[in-house]
Amino acid sequence: MAVTVSIPTILRTHTGGEKSVEAKGNTVGEVINDLEARHGGIAGRLVNNGSLHRFVNIYVDDEDVRFAGGLEAPVGENSTVTILPAVAGG
Amino acid sequence: MVLVIRADLVAEIVAHARRDHPDEACGVIAGPEGSDRPERFVPMLNAARSPTFYEFDSGDLLRLYREMDARGEVPVVIYHSHTATEAHPSRTDISLASEPEAHYVLVSTRDEAEPNHAGHELRSFRIVDGVVTEEQVDVVETYMFAHTGADDVPDRDASV
Repeated sequence: MAVTVSIPTILRTHTGGEKSVEAKGNTVGEVINDLEARHGGIAGRLVNNGSLHRFVNIYVDDEDVRFAGGLEAPVGENSTVTILPAVAGG
Repeated sequence: MVLVIRADLVAEIVAHARRDHPDEACGVIAGPEGSDRPERFVPMLNAARSPTFYEFDSGDLLRLYREMDARGEVPVVIYHSHTATEAHPSRTDISLASEPEAHYVLVSTRDEAEPNHAGHELRSFRIVDGVVTEEQVDVVETYMFAHTGADDVPDRDASV
């Protein structure tokens, strides 16, 4: 199913400047794979050794997927997936 | 490159940093997209509650970005404090910086801080692809003349 994915500024180089793109998948992992097929290089910015990058937050609607199964988190029809890099530092 | 920022917003950053000391304080100053003008002070909770690390809470982060989107804003300034070191990006700051168009403002609350003329150690940087570039900070009372070059501002004595 198609979902809308909100792309942060720093990853828009992969989407031709688009702030939001369509992707397909029933889980966050599938959505990321589909994003990668359409916008090569983006998956490497989100996933590290098979799990979500520690400092990238992905939300399905209002929920941080880190608390909902990570890459296995389900994505429903008409969901919005939002990608936001952590604002963090030392 | 230069950060033009109102004095009252600088005072808010410094007050937040002092209030949260010895933990690091953090937040953003949002402004209209494309304006490069920091306007709306948004202090954030440091979810790490640490003297050596800061991180916006993930739920707060989502709400912040949704709110900015709805208002047509971007994070013009992203600020945080260093509580024991100088106001310069750390290696962690550099590796995690992810807003190439933001001004990264650092304020130091360390004991031996080197205050500027306004009495605090506050500096601004661009961090793009791991490259840090310090920029000038122009503290102004108002942005009224910020969009005109010096030559465009009428000589105040001309009409006297």
